[in-house]
Amino acid sequence: MKGKVRFSHGLSVLAMLVVFALSTTAGAASKNLILATTTSTQDSGLLDVLLPVFEKESGYFVKTIAVGSGQAMAMGEKGEADVLLVHSPEAEKKFMDKGAGSSRRLVMHNDFIIVGPAGDPAKIRGVKTSAEAFKKIAHSGSIFLSRGDNSGTHAKEKGLWKSAAVSAEGQKWYQQTGLGMGQTLNVAAEKKGYTLTDRATYLSMKKNLGLEILVEGDAKLLNIYHVIEVNPAKWPKVNSPAAKAFADFMVSKRTQELIGRFGVDKFGAPLFFPDAGKKPESLGL
Amino acid sequence: MDLILDGIRMAWHLLVTLDKEVLAVTLLSLKVSGLATLISLVIGVIGGTAIALADFPGKRLMVSVVNTSMGLPPVVVGLFVTIMLWRNGPLSRWEILYTPTAMVIAQTIIAAPIVMGISIAAIQNLPPDLRLQILALGASRRQMVWLLVREARLPLMAGIMAGFGGVISEVGASIMVGGNIKGYTRVLTTATVMETGKGNFDTAIALGVILLALCFAVNYLLTRVQQRERPR
Repeated sequence: MKGKVRFSHGLSVLAMLVVFALSTTAGAASKNLILATTTSTQDSGLLDVLLPVFEKESGYFVKTIAVGSGQAMAMGEKGEADVLLVHSPEAEKKFMDKGAGSSRRLVMHNDFIIVGPAGDPAKIRGVKTSAEAFKKIAHSGSIFLSRGDNSGTHAKEKGLWKSAAVSAEGQKWYQQTGLGMGQTLNVAAEKKGYTLTDRATYLSMKKNLGLEILVEGDAKLLNIYHVIEVNPAKWPKVNSPAAKAFADFMVSKRTQELIGRFGVDKFGAPLFFPDAGKKPESLGL
Repeated sequence: MDLILDGIRMAWHLLVTLDKEVLAVTLLSLKVSGLATLISLVIGVIGGTAIALADFPGKRLMVSVVNTSMGLPPVVVGLFVTIMLWRNGPLSRWEILYTPTAMVIAQTIIAAPIVMGISIAAIQNLPPDLRLQILALGASRRQMVWLLVREARLPLMAGIMAGFGGVISEVGASIMVGGNIKGYTRVLTTATVMETGKGNFDTAIALGVILLALCFAVNYLLTRVQQRERPR
């Protein structure tokens, strides 16, 4: 009986293959590049500016899968993506140590900020270090919204709780959304809670939020993006020429200029700072 | 409230000015879900009629399986289809993950049981003597089945509408197997999720309004077909 159901699904697949056989050209796969990236590069609009340039120059078609950095790296580890644009340095190092990536290059940075309601119930406005701010949030029991999705931002946030010596997990005031940065900011705005966000996403959404930047400038709040080529030695199906072309493109002089200019006209300040060729140490890590 | 009005205004504006991107997204929604519904129609009506008319042990179990599948969660379907289509998955040689084709497959798996379940009920709901009568009038088996399907066309069309409504509005499977790729696999629902994530609520509402309008247009057409020469 179940065979019948499976049979009918098989039929559907067959029908579709017929329908699409004409539309998918053979050998198109090598022209496709799967880019797994964090949501911030898409939500901020940066990729909308960069990708058309890359596609035009290289002739590759980029399939952007915007997920958290954690999921992006999980895709890379399975060879399901060709190139990653992520911002979770600790996890990236582990990723490279496993041999999952063949090259990892610094692209750009911006910074994380702690945002919250103008009323600031935990009184963290102007506090110098992120650790102190997190302690104050914990002690006052003010609502804090966590991404809770293994993204780069979530990884950073967990590190900050650790350095503040607070175990936030399971506390009543600590709520995990499991959503992207944009949606988490929306939830924080609605609940009048605090959250950690990258500056780019915050600036691009500021108009509707009513959340203010309360803590910024701590060296610990640096947000660094790397481009990683997935190791073709481990996954032969990875489109490594395309991955290399994309990684090269990201660190090229012209792209770096585009990155540095992105957002200036709209927000009065750049959302990302180009860093290609620099040593991570020079950023204060 | 203002936001909703802004959204409706924006939807109107996007439609009137024939915004290229929105138009492409809308057309893709229609194409993917329309094709999935069409394939589901074939599978669902044929399969459903066969199950309804045939007598075999375990028929009740089979109908229960179909009826349960009418509520398949799109994300679960999306997850399974994604894993099947992965580069290192069993169907990797098709190379169709993150393409509209993959979305059609996922949506067909969602819609086919809906059409099938309603088809079974529609055929079973016909007076049991009808079959005997038709056969007694000298019809062949094939003619009988065709007449029964014709007789049940009102609920069958309702099944098709339910199937279409199920897939045009689903987001979980489309975003997973399609990837919401700009200009390629972005459909109305996945674009709405993304715009909400970006905080562009007005655009998100506008897309939602367009989705509703599209659904209405399609269902209006289907309803016209359904109500044509209505049986007295």
